[in-house]
Amino acid sequence: MKKLSRLRRHRFASPIALFFALFLVGTTFSVASATTKPAQSAFARSAAVDEGRQIFLKGCSSCHGLNAEGGAIAPSLIGVGAASVDFQVGTGRMPMADMSVQAMRKKPLYNEEQTAALAAYVASLAPGPAIPDAASINYERDGNTAEGGELFRTNCAMCHNFAGQGGALTQGKYAPTLMGVEPKYILEALATGPQSMPVFSDKVLTPEEKLSIIKWLKAAEAEPNLGGASLGRVGPVTEGLLVWTLGLGLLIGVAVWLASKAR
Amino acid sequence: MSTEIAPVEDPGLPAHIHRKADHDPVAEKKAERQVAVLFALSALGTVLMIYSYIFIPGNKFIFLPIMGNTNASQLFLGIGMAASLFFIGMGAIQWARALMPDNEVIAQRHEMRSSDEDRADFVDTVKERAGTAGLGRRPLIKRSLGLALGLVGLSPVLLLRDLGPLPKMELSQTSWRAGTRLVTDPGDRPIKPSDLEVGAVAQVLPELRQGQERTLADIGKDAVLLIRIRPQDFQLSPEKLSWTHEGIIAFSKICSHMGCAIALYEQQTKHLLCPCHQSTFDVTRGAKVIFGPAARPLPQLALSLDAEGYLVAKQPFAEPVGPSFWERSS
Repeated sequence: MKKLSRLRRHRFASPIALFFALFLVGTTFSVASATTKPAQSAFARSAAVDEGRQIFLKGCSSCHGLNAEGGAIAPSLIGVGAASVDFQVGTGRMPMADMSVQAMRKKPLYNEEQTAALAAYVASLAPGPAIPDAASINYERDGNTAEGGELFRTNCAMCHNFAGQGGALTQGKYAPTLMGVEPKYILEALATGPQSMPVFSDKVLTPEEKLSIIKWLKAAEAEPNLGGASLGRVGPVTEGLLVWTLGLGLLIGVAVWLASKAR
Repeated sequence: MSTEIAPVEDPGLPAHIHRKADHDPVAEKKAERQVAVLFALSALGTVLMIYSYIFIPGNKFIFLPIMGNTNASQLFLGIGMAASLFFIGMGAIQWARALMPDNEVIAQRHEMRSSDEDRADFVDTVKERAGTAGLGRRPLIKRSLGLALGLVGLSPVLLLRDLGPLPKMELSQTSWRAGTRLVTDPGDRPIKPSDLEVGAVAQVLPELRQGQERTLADIGKDAVLLIRIRPQDFQLSPEKLSWTHEGIIAFSKICSHMGCAIALYEQQTKHLLCPCHQSTFDVTRGAKVIFGPAARPLPQLALSLDAEGYLVAKQPFAEPVGPSFWERSS
């Protein structure tokens, strides 16, 4: 007993104990996690899917679950398709910076290759909308600006503003601006319905009609402000605000000056 | 001992303070120069306006810090015109304030009523002129004048007819009939249930019959939003549930409050939001109003399938769409 007690007070005792404890935890975890690991499918998985799974486990699984099954705070990603991943991760919306009501566009965390791997992994879980290939996004050739404008006003303008500037929804949510958004992401958003946005399927808006909408948006982007400052292109709200503050302020100033007596 | 209180003495008008320019020649010269500078600024503004109208090409854009890319011609036209008008006014007012005579003048008030002689004179004159005009002697003129004046008076009354005719059933009926196909707006393509994924929406209108035209007034009543959600999410009465088809539900897009078009559909919360007054409708509970000034849920359109599998209206709207009106039954 005395010997054990002396050993326990040895200066290497705690590091050694810590090492053994960590070793034990590590091996237990690796054994345990090995048993919960899904059985490798008979099909050979591509390298991209495996890489995507690794990224997913590190970056996404804490909210979306180890098998992308979703959880209390995040939806299931089974069946959302590669298009959804490419949109959410490629525009930097995912991973979210905080648990606010809406994921906003920011600098993407993953590079193109990693995003593609993640998309491949999520697409391998269940079929879903695929990333549109670049050849099919020739909106300059296949789109019609005037038709696109009509489609935009019926289908998109109620949330995204009549000039594509975005607008407010309920409880802090908002429809983001469409100015400067890459055509690929617009198509992916239409196909997958990210966050508050509903899905616009290819039968409701045909692929040509979607290209027309993109062509109109690009025309709206290039549209110069002939009438002076655009004031955000949100219509009477900012215009009224400017008139009520700057314009009325000027009038009040002039009225005060008019009524004052010269000294 | 007198208990009378001495009345407050009339303080009279405050003493008139003369301006500096009235007695100081230096200040007078200064005020004169100020007015001249303001007029000169106005002249410069006009020159700027003329210059930008003639010499700045209409497609030239310049970058300004807050305004962004701005059309130079329009900008300087506006600035020039504003300056030319504003400074001419400002100069005139400064002239009047600082230099024009500053004497206080007391103007006496007179009684408004004319003197009795003037009044009697006026009555006499009218009577005399009426006699010489011979209204009594020339009944033809008198009657034709009466006719003309009467008809002139009638015309504004006649124009009131434009307030009518009464709408009759126009406010209560839409173009939706039993069996009318739902077609996309724009595009006019019929829709099959398989065209809509869960979470999808479609803006739809009734299909036009042969030779029928679609007016804006029609669209203002007929516009419908088609939404597909998971069928188990519905919390509807059995009747309203039978109006849906495999999770597809159709509502009038015309807000029951003021008639704005509602199509802001939040896919996650399944709420419809009216952009005008923020009325919010819960799609899962039959567009029940959960926020805002709307008094009624949006009318639901009963859906069914036709022989070819396209979505059709099972029956017309069961209630008038859009905002309340006088003759509305509920």
